Amino acid sequence: MENGFSSPRSESFPAGLRVLVVDDDPTWLKILEKMLKKCAYEVTTCGLAREALNLLRERKDGYDIVISDVNMPDMDGFKLLEHVGLEMDLPVIMMSVDGETSRVMKGVQHGACDYLLKPIRMKELRNIWQHVFRKKIHEIRDIDHHESFEGIRLSINGSEFSEDCIMFSGEDLTSFKKRKDFQNKYDERDYGDLSSTKKHRVVWSVDLHQKFVKAVNQIGFDKVGPKKILDLMNVPWLTRENVASHLQKYRLYLIRLQKENDLKASFGGIKHSDVPSKDTSGGFGLQSSIHTNQNDVANDRDQFSGSNFYGQDLDAKNNEGDQEEIVSEPRPDSKKPLTADVPDPQDTRSSQMSFDHSSASLGSDVNYTEFDCSIPKQYPWSECPEVQSKQEHKLLLQLEDGFSQQPPGVPQHYIEIDQLQSGRDTSSPIKNEPVLVEYKSHHESHISPKETAIDNFSVQSKSLIAYHQSFEPSSTAIKSMKPQAVDLSCITDLEPCQRNLISPSDLTFPPFNEDLTVCWLQGDFLNKNFGLPNMEFADYSDPGFIADIPVHLYDTLTSDYECPYDPTEYPIVDQGLFIL
Amino acid sequence: MDGVVQLQKQLVDYIASLFHEGFLDEQFNQLQQLQDESNPDFVVEVVSLFFEDSERLLNELAKALEQKTIDFRKVDAHVHQFKGSSSSIGAHRVQKVCIAFRNYCEEQNVEGCLKCLQQVKHEYSLVRNKLETLFQLEKQIIAAGGSLPAT
Repeated sequence: MENGFSSPRSESFPAGLRVLVVDDDPTWLKILEKMLKKCAYEVTTCGLAREALNLLRERKDGYDIVISDVNMPDMDGFKLLEHVGLEMDLPVIMMSVDGETSRVMKGVQHGACDYLLKPIRMKELRNIWQHVFRKKIHEIRDIDHHESFEGIRLSINGSEFSEDCIMFSGEDLTSFKKRKDFQNKYDERDYGDLSSTKKHRVVWSVDLHQKFVKAVNQIGFDKVGPKKILDLMNVPWLTRENVASHLQKYRLYLIRLQKENDLKASFGGIKHSDVPSKDTSGGFGLQSSIHTNQNDVANDRDQFSGSNFYGQDLDAKNNEGDQEEIVSEPRPDSKKPLTADVPDPQDTRSSQMSFDHSSASLGSDVNYTEFDCSIPKQYPWSECPEVQSKQEHKLLLQLEDGFSQQPPGVPQHYIEIDQLQSGRDTSSPIKNEPVLVEYKSHHESHISPKETAIDNFSVQSKSLIAYHQSFEPSSTAIKSMKPQAVDLSCITDLEPCQRNLISPSDLTFPPFNEDLTVCWLQGDFLNKNFGLPNMEFADYSDPGFIADIPVHLYDTLTSDYECPYDPTEYPIVDQGLFIL
Repeated sequence: MDGVVQLQKQLVDYIASLFHEGFLDEQFNQLQQLQDESNPDFVVEVVSLFFEDSERLLNELAKALEQKTIDFRKVDAHVHQFKGSSSSIGAHRVQKVCIAFRNYCEEQNVEGCLKCLQQVKHEYSLVRNKLETLFQLEKQIIAAGGSLPAT
């Protein structure tokens, strides 16, 4: 099967839709198979969740949609749901004979695009293609936003985009390409003609993009036009059309950067006062430490590229089963304001943040710095705030120029590796870009302190506000993340990571509405000091940290850091995401 | 072909009564509609699968309830499964008992559970007999050269 809809059945969508049905009940399996076949879908059945995952992994592009029962002996349906969402980003429909609201809610929270009650009727199955289609549409939309970054797999240096780029791993790029393919096909809205709509795909590689940017700058951004750029670029096979669309995206990108910058500026001098308050709650213990550390972060741009993010092994500070650990990274006043703007995912992304099978909107907009995956991945998230609310995870990558001022040696930003890892396969470190991953979690116990801090941020930044607001509704979604072992190997999106943040331990923490805003601060701290000695978590005395850091780094940690993470599970993390 | 017509009428009436008495529900109709030339024995196959699975589930249930300390979660899981599979063929009465059964499990009511186990076994054997009779009728019609009445 080729990717996207280029398989034989693409001729008359939705006919030929490739469905994978997973159900331990043989009777239902047979019935569903028959029903789906009657809908002219291509059906594969599977009686075990593990088997289903294997099938899916073997043929990454082999299926368009997965239908799974909730109760299965070898693996919980919700878990399977998450895996599929994370690894394959396919729409998943849940089924059950149990229609209790709580179950349905759980399904939705875990990312199911639909929840069917057994007995299932044919007519319900007839329209499942809509989920596939919808997803594609969303991806296309996201692609538009991402496209500017698409070709920017910079290896961080020297490119104009370097600071703002979103590091995509090869995988991401592929997925983008896939999407573009899809977009191309569907742009025509001509389902019967899919195979004929294959256009030549322009891949905006780093080099190509560099040429483009150079040309743009040469001409002068105001006077720029596709034809002029095309001429200057002198790439024979490139068409004016290609350049025009790329230019459009580039413009959007710049606008976003602009907003980012504004945002950052407004963040300068962020309330230190908030920090202390955060500090008070147990869960915020880390924050203080983080703050402290931040000051020490050496803001060295160049170093940044090598900095690693270490999953924060926030230990014990967390408490009360409160998984949030807010790691705020206050920027020292002395820090220079961020110059490089990370595309602000917040505003544009809020809508895209929907994780539910949405494309990795998160990741794409975020510049990921390389994280050193060697960080002990304790999952602070053992009970991770519901990552489900992907929307809540906003990755704000802030390129932090100011970090250079920080005294080196202090690992400042502890970034939840899972978050990072899962989010992005960043292959090239982002220079000095503080990546702010802010998990805003309204954990009950910490809600007040957090909220103030967060609110403050909101005040400071419109985007933040928008961001927070957009997450409000999603907060309910949080949580029922089943704690699971994070299977990084399948992480391609930040979203998934976030889900994985929840360790398999039982979810004991009270459901909290978390708006997880993830801000990663990238800094020099990536050194391995997780358990940094300098992290005096207990002692938060450094309001100054927040100063330039627009976003607080929040790390939600669970009180129990025994996250059953198996470092070996994160091969991706090690290589893909974060490069030192 | 009088005989066939008779048989066909008998079949239709029989099925109607099964619905009427709540042994079967709409889902069974769905199954019948799914049957086609490419799958002429679809219903029989599905129902056979159901029988097999049910025997297994009932055994598990009995075992679970015989334990000294009953693991209600396990019992509930089995009942849930049984509920699901009975819904697959439209075994309506069986399904209803399962619902009550689950409630007892939740309450950890041993007696209630045991009672339900008996009930569910009973309903299951009832519907099983009914369906087997139905299939027999169908076979007879086919054997007599007739075709099954449209559903």
